[in-house]
Amino acid sequence: MIGYVLRRLAGAIPTLFIIVAVAFFMMRAAPGGPFDGERKLPPEIERNIKAAYDLDKPLVTQFGLYLGRLLTGDFGPSFKNKDFSVGELIAAGAPVSLRLGLSAITIAALIGMALGIIAALNQNRATDFSVMSAAMIGITIPTFVTAPLLTLLLGVYAGWLPVATWNNGALANMILPVTVLALPQIAVISRLTRGSMIEVLRSNFVRTARAKGLSEFTVVTRHALPAALLPLVSYLGPATAALVTGSLVVEQIFQLPGIGRYFVLGALNRDYTLVMGVIILYASLIIALNLIADVLYAVLDPKVRLA
Amino acid sequence: MIQRLLLAFALAAFALVSAAPPHALAMSELKRGNTSEPDSLDPHKVTGQWENNLIVDLFVGLMTFDAKGEPIPGAAESYTVSDDGLTYTFTIREGHVWSDGVPVTADDFVYALRRINDPKTAAQYASLTFAVKNAEAVNAGEMAPDAVGARAIDPRTLEITLAYPAPYFLQLLTHYTMYPVPKHIVEAEGKDWSGRPGMVSNGPYTLDEWVPNDHIRLVKNPLFYDAANVALDAVSYFPTTDGEAALKQFRASELDLNNDLPISQLEWLRDNLPDAVRIHPFMLTTYVVFNLRHPPFDDVRVRRALTLAIDRDLLNYAVLKGIQVPAMALVPPGIHAYPGTARIQGAEAEITERRETARALLAEAGFGPDKPLRANILFSNTADNRRIVVALQDMWRKIGVIAEPQGSESRIHYTNLRTGNFDIGWAGWIADYNDARNFLFLAETRSGQMNYAGYSNPAFDALVAEGDRTSDPVARGAILTRAEQMLLDDLPMAPVYFGTSRNLLHMTVRGWVDNVVDIHPTRFLDLKPWTGPEREDTSPDAPPKEVGWWGWFMSFFQ
Repeated sequence: MIGYVLRRLAGAIPTLFIIVAVAFFMMRAAPGGPFDGERKLPPEIERNIKAAYDLDKPLVTQFGLYLGRLLTGDFGPSFKNKDFSVGELIAAGAPVSLRLGLSAITIAALIGMALGIIAALNQNRATDFSVMSAAMIGITIPTFVTAPLLTLLLGVYAGWLPVATWNNGALANMILPVTVLALPQIAVISRLTRGSMIEVLRSNFVRTARAKGLSEFTVVTRHALPAALLPLVSYLGPATAALVTGSLVVEQIFQLPGIGRYFVLGALNRDYTLVMGVIILYASLIIALNLIADVLYAVLDPKVRLA
Repeated sequence: MIQRLLLAFALAAFALVSAAPPHALAMSELKRGNTSEPDSLDPHKVTGQWENNLIVDLFVGLMTFDAKGEPIPGAAESYTVSDDGLTYTFTIREGHVWSDGVPVTADDFVYALRRINDPKTAAQYASLTFAVKNAEAVNAGEMAPDAVGARAIDPRTLEITLAYPAPYFLQLLTHYTMYPVPKHIVEAEGKDWSGRPGMVSNGPYTLDEWVPNDHIRLVKNPLFYDAANVALDAVSYFPTTDGEAALKQFRASELDLNNDLPISQLEWLRDNLPDAVRIHPFMLTTYVVFNLRHPPFDDVRVRRALTLAIDRDLLNYAVLKGIQVPAMALVPPGIHAYPGTARIQGAEAEITERRETARALLAEAGFGPDKPLRANILFSNTADNRRIVVALQDMWRKIGVIAEPQGSESRIHYTNLRTGNFDIGWAGWIADYNDARNFLFLAETRSGQMNYAGYSNPAFDALVAEGDRTSDPVARGAILTRAEQMLLDDLPMAPVYFGTSRNLLHMTVRGWVDNVVDIHPTRFLDLKPWTGPEREDTSPDAPPKEVGWWGWFMSFFQ
């Protein structure tokens, strides 16, 4: 198992290099530069700035310089946020996105699985229909609708919860954004769990377990659930990555200082180094979470052997 | 196995949501929404209007702003000007110190002027200091930084020599590019001196905390020379990039004020929070620019026809909700020492009459129903701009012109305008300082790529240069008015509307004065409970009025 993990990690290095290279040259191919705005810089000022950021050197040299710095753990200076380095910005923003994303996926997994199991055990009854209709609504309503609606209801009208800002991660400030992020995931997870649970409950080994006279609770938790969770595990890896990295809309609406906003703002501002930093972080996260999902798969499913 | 996994999940969830530190609150803290995250707090490294709000709280220049946005003495307690208008001698305020207790000296100002122009600083806005002798040459690397025309006669006496008698120099001194930086700190710490807690500054507030993209908290500087009259202990700035979200924060009293409001919510705001909406003229002109390098736009008849066909009132009321001011000139009203009497000729006539004139002018230039004028119109792709450009397209269609809108993101748009890659462009200009010159510069030959139109008129250039040499404000105003009128006759650009500042302000915020530069230093503001007359439903902190469940439900769809 450890050998497998190490080999996967080694394989990630060329993958990351290709991602870095493609992203670097694609960023530079986009028209406009970090210092273009409605005000044209006088040529001498433009020259000074380009020299200060190595932008006057050939592209390949710039790439070499960037890689060299990267190997020493230096993501370079941000072109836009001049008082911070990219490393500092990511160090400040990543914990916010991580806490948001991980809280949301954890809550979504717990509630989603519970709802899915309840629906599966009550298949084609009123409970099942109501849970699954709620899930359908959860999937179809996008976060940019639920977020303003919930802030208006619970923040502005009721005044129970803060409308926006991070406030150093206070619990009250986290409730709304985490709920908004978790809602569609609860819907997906409950549908996934229900589907696979129904399938597993019809299988021979569950029938055997029931024939042995085990209680329904034991049958479900001990025998059916591990098998039913397998599709969920392969879903949770990428879903976690998507939630941690893709909370852009939620970060924007709730004015949260996560890194999702850096990705889009960085791209619009042509803040080359910031975008590269976020891409590297995202790629590493996705690689790591996929690896974790694969390992979990092996733990849960005795048929899978990692060697 | 499963039970253990579930337990781990539950524990993780608990750990994640409970790891929140407590939050302390100051006695009187103003919460300001401020459009965007600042690039920096180093006065030499910023370019934006929103950064100005922070930097005015952190620093004072030789001149600074009062509550009305007018220049008042700051770090300088007095000054004299030589007869030729070229040499200014300032006396630094006695006892004026940096927030670490070190005296602010003339040398700090000399150092700052050298630093912003030093090519190594790579300051984007250095050009605003080019009125100072040799600043331009230093910035181009042709002279050493110590050649800049500023010297410290003694620690409290500063002499600045200008390249030409710029009569707007005192206005310019309020701009952050002319602010001092603490030499003893910047030399020791290099570029890490700014943005860190405890950052040394000489203004009414000092930096307490900066959480990127979250908030910037400033606390009162007890060493500030006018600290006795600074009411608020602290001020926090929040980047409010999402206007709708900011409005909700404002309604929930999480913000005391915000320096923008979503136009789409304007009617709702006027109905429900009329006292919170502060709309005031601002130093912004939007205009249509014609590319004189592309025929037929080198023909003034074509430019005039297109200019006359713009129905500014319709545009303002139908598209812009009536909050802008239709522009018949390039320089907005309310600009310092400027009569503002220049006008686009014939633009006051009825629109039907103007369309007739426009068709006739186009016919003279060789265009008509058989041979319609076709052109692209480039714009920066925002929701408002899209609606404006579509409206323009329709107004021009009525005189037989076929305009093809092409939107792109702002960086690409302005690159196209600067490189002359357009027929007609939609643009806007916010003045850097309160002076007509800063608008006329858009059409000067020497403005190079900033002169999008490629307009070059020696007579206009000569008038603007003459204005620079004239120190009498009345005479100078008259000269610049003649220059502006020349521009409005030649029409390389057609002004469309003057922008307004749009602030949202709770009634608890005191000391606020709407002004044309839209600068409101926190040192003049205060927070006090509203004790005015009872008003129905207008107090921002009041609960929403009783509307019944149906009204409440329907309010989501409004």
